[in-house]
Amino acid sequence: MIAELFSATVIIGILSSGVRLATPYLFAALGETFSQRSGVLNLGVEGQMLMGAFAGFYVTFQTHNPWLGLLAAAVTGAIMGLAMAVVSVTFKAEQGISGIGFYLFGLGMSELLFHRLLGTVETVSGFPTLRIPVLEQSNSLIIRAIDSIFLSHNFLVYAAFALVPIAWFVLNKTTIGLKIRAVGQNPSAADTLAVSVEKVRYFTVTLGGLLSGIAGASLSIGLLNVFQQGMTAGQGFIAVALVYFGAWRPFGVLLGAMIFSLVNALQLWVQVLGIPIPSDIAVMMPYVLTILALIFAVQRVQQPAALSKIFERGEH
Amino acid sequence: MLAKRPQWGIILDTFTPVLAVLAALLIGALMLMALDVNPIRAYSALVTGAFGSTNAIADTIVKATPLLFVGLGICIAFRGGVINIGGEGQMIIGALGTTAFALALPDAPPGIIIPASLLLGFVLGGLYGGIAGFLKAYFGVNEILTTVMLNSIAVQLMNFLLRGPMIDPDQFGRASRIPQTARLSAAFDLPRLVPTRLHAGAFIAVALAILVYIFLWRTTIGYRIRAVGLNREASRYAGINTKRYMVLSLALSGAFAGLAGAVQVLGLYHRMVTDGSPGGFTGSAGFNGIVAALFGQLHPLGTIPAAFFFGALLVGANSMQRAVQIPAALITALNGLVVVFVVSSELWRRRRARRREMQAAAEITHAAQPVTPTPLEAVNDR
Repeated sequence: MIAELFSATVIIGILSSGVRLATPYLFAALGETFSQRSGVLNLGVEGQMLMGAFAGFYVTFQTHNPWLGLLAAAVTGAIMGLAMAVVSVTFKAEQGISGIGFYLFGLGMSELLFHRLLGTVETVSGFPTLRIPVLEQSNSLIIRAIDSIFLSHNFLVYAAFALVPIAWFVLNKTTIGLKIRAVGQNPSAADTLAVSVEKVRYFTVTLGGLLSGIAGASLSIGLLNVFQQGMTAGQGFIAVALVYFGAWRPFGVLLGAMIFSLVNALQLWVQVLGIPIPSDIAVMMPYVLTILALIFAVQRVQQPAALSKIFERGEH
Repeated sequence: MLAKRPQWGIILDTFTPVLAVLAALLIGALMLMALDVNPIRAYSALVTGAFGSTNAIADTIVKATPLLFVGLGICIAFRGGVINIGGEGQMIIGALGTTAFALALPDAPPGIIIPASLLLGFVLGGLYGGIAGFLKAYFGVNEILTTVMLNSIAVQLMNFLLRGPMIDPDQFGRASRIPQTARLSAAFDLPRLVPTRLHAGAFIAVALAILVYIFLWRTTIGYRIRAVGLNREASRYAGINTKRYMVLSLALSGAFAGLAGAVQVLGLYHRMVTDGSPGGFTGSAGFNGIVAALFGQLHPLGTIPAAFFFGALLVGANSMQRAVQIPAALITALNGLVVVFVVSSELWRRRRARRREMQAAAEITHAAQPVTPTPLEAVNDR
């Protein structure tokens, strides 16, 4: 059975699933990159994802239009991000603990709404797979492999990967990116240069929430097309860890997200093929990997100097 | 001499968490109205469910017990300047150890097994929490993320053990295959106030709350833990091995969560059982204990009534679910809001403390009164 893992079909299957499964990690972790680069550690990502997943699913279920679902997920995530911004920027609350508060809120709220508004597990037709028919029927294994791995996904998958260079460009080549980095590295200096620390952080944390909402929707109306309570299963927390792993750089986040989703895909295929590793142990792997990744990531680079520190004007 | 005048600010400080809960309940009421549920009916069902009968009150105390154990650990961690979100995992690891130990020695004298298995739960929870402390102190890894990951790992380990190696032999042949172990020998049950479910765990928890208070404020180690929490740099200058004390804070914090799991097994379930969901065994006490500790102002004695209050909310939520068909998940959402409100209100507390400091400095010419930082400030200054 182990040998089956190395057949071409299975390897292509694992790579293809890997690309697909990276989607929620990418959206959430790129959003979190913006927020951490500006100095705010948003640990509410998991709660934002759950709320986004529910909102996206429910609106799609009612309207049969995944685009409206996506919009609902983005708005819901953005509202939760805005709330986190109010708490962490204006009220200057401890970011780790308030993030956990938002996680609990999202966890409870999405379950409450699920029970009240849906009652049972339903399915929707979410974003369809976009394919190029000619390639699918090609005789060449390589063309079919490329098609299956890179070109057999739904819109949100492509959008997530497109977001990587966009995030890189915004952070490194634009004025707003410069401001975000300045605020995260030395808020007092940025403040004296008339950059509003508050405004920049409101922007990044709200944007992070918006992308986390979409990350949730990429599960509920993209990859799985169902909503279940607690369906994100810790992916929001892993996304936060990926930002550390990726050294606060979009392409680093991409690398981390791919490693994780490939491990996840491998784990799923191991179960599909019936290889006798208990599924509970296989599911454990991404979490163990996260801890190991954090140990090695932290040794390599410095985090944004002002990360999770409260900014008070006129101090220092 | 200082003129005595009412310290409204301090009174306000004391009741801030109460205001946070009231605000959360108010938002909850608005949410209920939005969902076409009469909030007065819902909340009165909640109160009746929590306090309506002897059994209800007993259940409230039973629910409050793990919250108090976990909350005590949270007090130690947060006072030591580290954040422990890993109560869920530490409870599970502690409970697994207790269960395996008690199952292995069914005929041993209860007078030895009960204290020994509780101690084992305490130690295993401590070791599991200590992992996060060690990685934080010596590798600089964010302890919030590691404790969250360790939660998921513990849940998977539990699911694996309860579906496989540790499964109840009775369940093995059945189609249902409930993930649970065999029942422990009845000799190991903690004393119980029959006919209610109230067991001795609650009394152990209250006694430990007093001990934790003495430990944190009356012993050298406790003093150092708090010193490291308040100002890590200054503590290092004062010759305290700050890394060791960070590990200790998280390990002790995990130990109390481990004990919570052990007491759930010996006092309530008499076996280890889950439903496959992450909170299947813990009932999310690892998270709710954080809420209780924050509500109790991170003070061990304040955490006693706080745990009782949140125990009541959880028990009442189940009656509310039956009476007005509102899922108990509402309480999870409201707990989240309580956390957010409590940490947000720190801003005003800090400002009032600063104002008091300035006034005191203006009134006494020879020395300014030292200001005690609020406990959450210790975490902020990490």
